[in-house]
Parts: sequence; structure tokens; C-alpha cells
Amino acid sequence: MEHVAIADQVDELHDPDTFITKYVWSQDHKVIAIQYSLTAIFVGLVALVLSGLMRLQLGFPDSFDFIDPGSYLQFVTMHGMIMVIYLLTALFLGGFGNYMIPLMIGARDMVFPYLNMMSFWFYLLSVIILLSSFFAPGGPTGAGWTLYPPQAILQGTPGYDWGIILMLVSLAVFIIAFTMGGLNYVTTVLQARTRGMTLMRMPLTIWGIFTATILGLLAFPALLVSAIMMLLDKLLGTSFFMPAIVSLGESMDYTGGSPVLFQHLFWFFGHPEVYIVALPAFGLVSDVLATHARKNIFGYRMMVWAIVAIGGLSFVVWAHHMYVSGMNPYFGFFFATTTLIIAIPTAIKVYNWVLTLWHGNIHLTVPMLFAIGFIFTFTHGGLTGLFLGNVVIDLPLSDTYFVVAHFHMVMGVSPIMVLFAALYHWYPLITGRMLNVKLGQAHFWFTFLGTYAIYLPMHYLGFLGVPRRYFATGDTSFIPESAQTLNAGITVSALIVGAAQLIFLYNAFYSFRKGEKAGHNPWQATSLEWQTPDVPPRHGNWGEKLPVVYRWAYDYSVPGTKEDFVPQTVPPEEVPMSAGDTVGDNV
Amino acid sequence: MNPFKTLGEKPWLAQPAGIEHSARDGLATAQSAARIALRFILAIVTVIFFLFILTFLSRSQYPDFQALAGQPWQPFTDPSRLWFNTGLLALSSLAIQFGVYAARREQLNNAIAGISSAVFFALMFLLAQLSLWQHLQSLGFYINTNPANSYFYLLTAIHGLHLLGGLLVLTNVVFRVWYDGALDRLSGPLQLCATYWHYLLGIWLVLFALLTSRPETINALAAMCGF
Repeated sequence: MEHVAIADQVDELHDPDTFITKYVWSQDHKVIAIQYSLTAIFVGLVALVLSGLMRLQLGFPDSFDFIDPGSYLQFVTMHGMIMVIYLLTALFLGGFGNYMIPLMIGARDMVFPYLNMMSFWFYLLSVIILLSSFFAPGGPTGAGWTLYPPQAILQGTPGYDWGIILMLVSLAVFIIAFTMGGLNYVTTVLQARTRGMTLMRMPLTIWGIFTATILGLLAFPALLVSAIMMLLDKLLGTSFFMPAIVSLGESMDYTGGSPVLFQHLFWFFGHPEVYIVALPAFGLVSDVLATHARKNIFGYRMMVWAIVAIGGLSFVVWAHHMYVSGMNPYFGFFFATTTLIIAIPTAIKVYNWVLTLWHGNIHLTVPMLFAIGFIFTFTHGGLTGLFLGNVVIDLPLSDTYFVVAHFHMVMGVSPIMVLFAALYHWYPLITGRMLNVKLGQAHFWFTFLGTYAIYLPMHYLGFLGVPRRYFATGDTSFIPESAQTLNAGITVSALIVGAAQLIFLYNAFYSFRKGEKAGHNPWQATSLEWQTPDVPPRHGNWGEKLPVVYRWAYDYSVPGTKEDFVPQTVPPEEVPMSAGDTVGDNV
Repeated sequence: MNPFKTLGEKPWLAQPAGIEHSARDGLATAQSAARIALRFILAIVTVIFFLFILTFLSRSQYPDFQALAGQPWQPFTDPSRLWFNTGLLALSSLAIQFGVYAARREQLNNAIAGISSAVFFALMFLLAQLSLWQHLQSLGFYINTNPANSYFYLLTAIHGLHLLGGLLVLTNVVFRVWYDGALDRLSGPLQLCATYWHYLLGIWLVLFALLTSRPETINALAAMCGF
């Protein structure tokens, strides 16, 4: 039996020849990546509008008739779920994972292109199901993004009928889509690397995406399991999670299930989910920082180990989201300890980013601005996480705006900063055009300073005890009037930041047609994706022959070399040396 | 591949000459890629059933839980119907393994016979499970009358769906090989299907043991898990 290497099967690439096979029903990883990204950005904009509506109510209560307590809860729920799952997970893994993996490891495509295509269409289906709940009777679910039973499926919660069913079905479809994509990502990384691309020569982007995908493949089943069981509770009257309960004066048929069981399942998925978003961000930002500081990433091995360690530890910290749930108090000690331990590899990464900048030849390009912005926002969000990881501090703060500020800094703003860094960095590769720098800088400063104006004051609201999830606090004795003024200020900042994203959209559309031509490797990067024969890369990526890799992805400013970067594809004997130097051992 | 050795490499140092071509990287075959993907699929399936079983054990400790075996009036105190169904699934597994052996020796008629019997027995198993559902309902054991019943229907349904998925993939493999006319390439993909089949049989045996356990056994297992 003859075995043909995937790399040599050029004839099996099926060059697309019609508009439909090229741009719609496409099996090319780059097209699928763009389809994923555009869908995710669209649905993310919906969630951004929802957050604007929430802020209008909080900043100026009783001013808007179309926001009632029910719709407010629906906005909260849909905003959270869309941002975490349908935007961040989809954009990092479906978008950047799809685009970067084959290009960065020197493959022609994913190993299962058909499955990859189906992954996108299932994702689109899940988004359509989710958005259709806006038009269903009763509207979308207002159960909070964590969908806790029993209230998620009981009368009194908005969308308790159609909304929650559509949400759960949409999540199940999303998980199927993710699994199809995820199988592709891990298998491609393990099997389709080009000659010379050892695991430890891979850029950190790939390490981040690879580890995050494994986390996703093992964590999303927990969400699937809980979604199936909750659907059965809702539709067939089982009592997996539903306790014996009296609702609106009526005794229900449920017989004593466990709502805390749902919380355990949800967070067994939910906490790895934080790292499913964070690890690709860690990887992408590492590559942006190294490229624009013209310096190798500090402590590459330690960075890889940290990614792997964080991936492993992320499965044993979930109950730190449940200190106030009434679980066994002894759990708190265990989970607080693991939570503090996971801070160690995370801190290592932050130190290494800073040390990468130290003595680097820093180019303050727009991607670099966003990458440096990320270090700030992530450090701030991470530090408040250390506080909240301790049971005694979490108990009083858990239901306040302190938590909202914490997770938005660490899981909202920080990944978004990396997303923009990555979009500005790789846009020239994807489209062949540069983004406008002035618009990019304006976008950065509005976003960076604006998000600080939103979330720093929110920590103080948390200290004051202002409860989160509330439609309005009304006259509450322990909340001073100044809290309302602060809330109004936060709303104004939020609206400005939201509007500032239009700058990026305008820039992206304008530059796509009119932007300066990027040419080959505009950032003078070393990694493989910039070494394709065509920009943007064509179907099959590499022309006739696959590249051969001779070095790691971080040979920046190597002493003795003529230029400050040596691409991964340059053999040692061909490295251009400065006058007087010969080829040294270090290249 | 030794992961510790791999993670210990120092990629910034000049590599020994020849490393560029000594690695098998880039030379993976479609078959080896499919094998890796199958491993991940089995891991995912394991996590799904592991979590269901954990919730089962946790839920079993609430007072309204009544195990389906242990008392004369409980349906699985006499699990003969389940044994019959298990036999069907085991035959399906045996048949597909026979198909693999035949395909390896390029005895195509035998391979097709093996695959067809595997599909036949798998479908019989699914029908037998459906008939068992009807039997339980006729005895008054509905899905929402007790959490133990709920878990029985849920776990058998999820297991059945996995088997259906396997049948779809198997059909796809056979037709693709058939249309390509490359019948000599059947044994690789068929071997992967067979691995999946045996794995589902293994999972079924675990579910069988769990669902027909007496309350004391379930309580002991739950205690071991800390519930």
C-alpha cells in the first residue's frame, strides 16, 4: 500500500474555479478564516451595541422607555455570551487559527479542508440560531450569560421559553462547529509541519492556538453536557438540575435536582474558556512584540512551558467562580490555592514580554501600540484577579462592579487589544495593503484611554458595594449619589469607545481599496507566513515547493548579521553578514 | 516523541547539521493524520461520557433517586434484555474486526461481508435499544418520573447517537473507496472505524454496568468520588 505525504499531494488541492467555490463554499483555510472573522466581527458589533444600551440605562436611568428591566437582562445575557463565545473564541481560533496555522508551519492547507469548511457553516448556523432569538416570542433569554438554573427556565425570567431553548441549541451547534475546526487545528499542527519546523521552532502564536484548541476540545464537552441536560429539564420535565420548587405560587413537577451541579459543569467549561481566549492572545502578542521590538522573544522556552502549564492548570481552578454558590467550604481553600498557582506562569509571561521590550529597538507602529497597551490592561486585570481568587475578598466583592471591572480588563479589553494588534499587524498579509497609520493611532488612543476611563472607576463602584446585574439601584442608602455621577461618566466613555471602533471599520474598508501597497514582508518579520511567494498568499500558499525551515522564528538583531532579521527559511550559509564578519555559530 | 525532550530543546542555538531533513515533519500521511484526529475524537467522547457519569453519581446521592436495579420490581434486576443488546453490539464489533483482517489481506468479498454484518448488527442494536425504551415506558418508567430513568434514556440516546455518527462515517469511507476504485486503500480507514467501534462497545459496557448497578454499588462509587 502506498503512503503519500500530505505535503506532496498538490494535485488534491482542488483549485477553486468558480465564484462560489472560491469565496462561499470554499475549502481554502484563508477564505474560511476571513469568513469566520467577518461573521465574528459582525456579531461582535451587535454585542457592542447591546453594551451601549446597557450603559445608557445605567448612566441615565429612567430616560429611555425602550429599556425595561426585562430587556436590560436580555442585553446583559446576549452581550456576555456573544462576546465570550461567538466573538472571541470564534475570532481567535476560527479566524486567526485558520489563517495562521498552515502559513506559520509551512503547510498548504488544513489536513481536513472539507471538515474545516463545515466548521464555518455550522458556526454561521449557530450565530443565526442565536440571533433569531431576538425575534422569537418573548425575546432572547435574560438568564445571565452563565444561564444558571433554576431561574433560566422558569417563568419570570425573560425569554424563559423560546429564548433559552434557542440559546442552548445554538451553543450545541457552536460546539459541533468548534470541534470540527479544533480537530483540524491540532492535527494540522502535529502532522503537517514542513521540513525543519520542529515543535520548538514554532512561533508562540501557534503554541498558543494549539494549546487553546486542546483546552477547547476537552472543555466544550462540559458545556455540551450541561446544555443537553438543561434542555431535557426544560422540554421533557426531567430534574437533572431543577430542584423541587414552588414557582409563582405553584408547585412544579420537578423533584429535587441540583442547580450547583450545573454551576460545576458550566465553570468546568467556563474557566478553561478564559484561557481558550487568552492563550492565542498570549501567542499573537508575543510575536507582535518581538517583531516590532526587533528582538527575540525573551525566554522562548519558558514562554512555551508557561502556555502548557497554564493550559493544564486551567482545568483545576473552575470553582473560584463559585465561592458564593453554597458549595462545600473546603473547596474554597483548594481552588484559591490553584488560582494563585496559575498566576505564576502568567506572571512569567508578563515579565518576559516586558523583558523583550527592554533594550529592544522599539518601533512604535500601530500594532506595537496595541501590544504594549495589552501589557498594561492585562497586568491590571490580572492583579485584581489575584484579589478575587481569595475567598475572603471574593465574598463581599463577588456581586459588585469590582468583578465586572476585573473580567472586562482581563478578558474583554486585553484580548481585544491583542486582536487589534494582530489585525493591524497581519492586515497587510491578508489584503496586500497597509492600514492608515494616523487613523490607527487615533483608534488606539481612543480605545486604550477610553477603556481605562470605563473600567478604572468601575473598581471604585465595586468597593462602594454597587451590585452588578441590577437594572437600577434607585434610592439605596449605602450608595452615595456620586456613584450615579460616576456611572454617567462611564457611560459617556463607553459610548465614545464604541463610536471609536468606527474609525477602525472605516480604516479597514478604506485601506482595502486605497491603502498603500504592502509589498513583501513590510514589517521585516522572520516567521514563515511572511515568506510566501505571493502577497496575499494564493491557494496552496507556497507555489511549487514547500519552504524548508532552518531556524526558530525569532532571529531578530542577531549580532554580526547585515540586517536585523533572518527569516526562518534562510540556511545558515546564506545569512548575509556585515563587513568583516563571517558566518558565525550563532546563526 | 518524548515531550520532555522536545520541550527541553533550545531552538535559538545553532542546530546540528542535517536536522532540517532528519525530522519526519512535513512527511505525515493522510492516514497518520486521521489516526491523530481519531485519538482526539476518542478523548472528546471520553470526556463527554465521563462528565455524564460524574453527574449521574452526584445526582444519585439525592433522596429522590431510585436505582433501576436491586429490587424485584425494578426493570434491570433481571438485565437479560440488556445482555441481548450487548451481544448485538459485540457481534457488530467482531464483524468489523473481521472486515479489517480481510481488507488487510485484500480479500474484498470477505471485507464487504464483514462491514455489512457490522452495519447490520449495529442497526439491530439501535432498534433493540429503542424497543427497550418502549418496554420501559410500558412498565411506567418514563423519562421524567425519576432521575435514574432520565439518565437511562439520556445515556443510551447519547451512546446511540455516537454509534449513528460512526455508521455515517463508515458509509462515507466505503463509498469513497468504492468510487475511487482504490479498494486496496480500504484497510487503513476501516481500521480507524473499527477502533471507534470497539471503543463504543467499551463505553457501552461501562454504561451497562452503571445503569444496572444496585443502590449500594452506586453509593459506594459516589462515595469514592466524594459525593
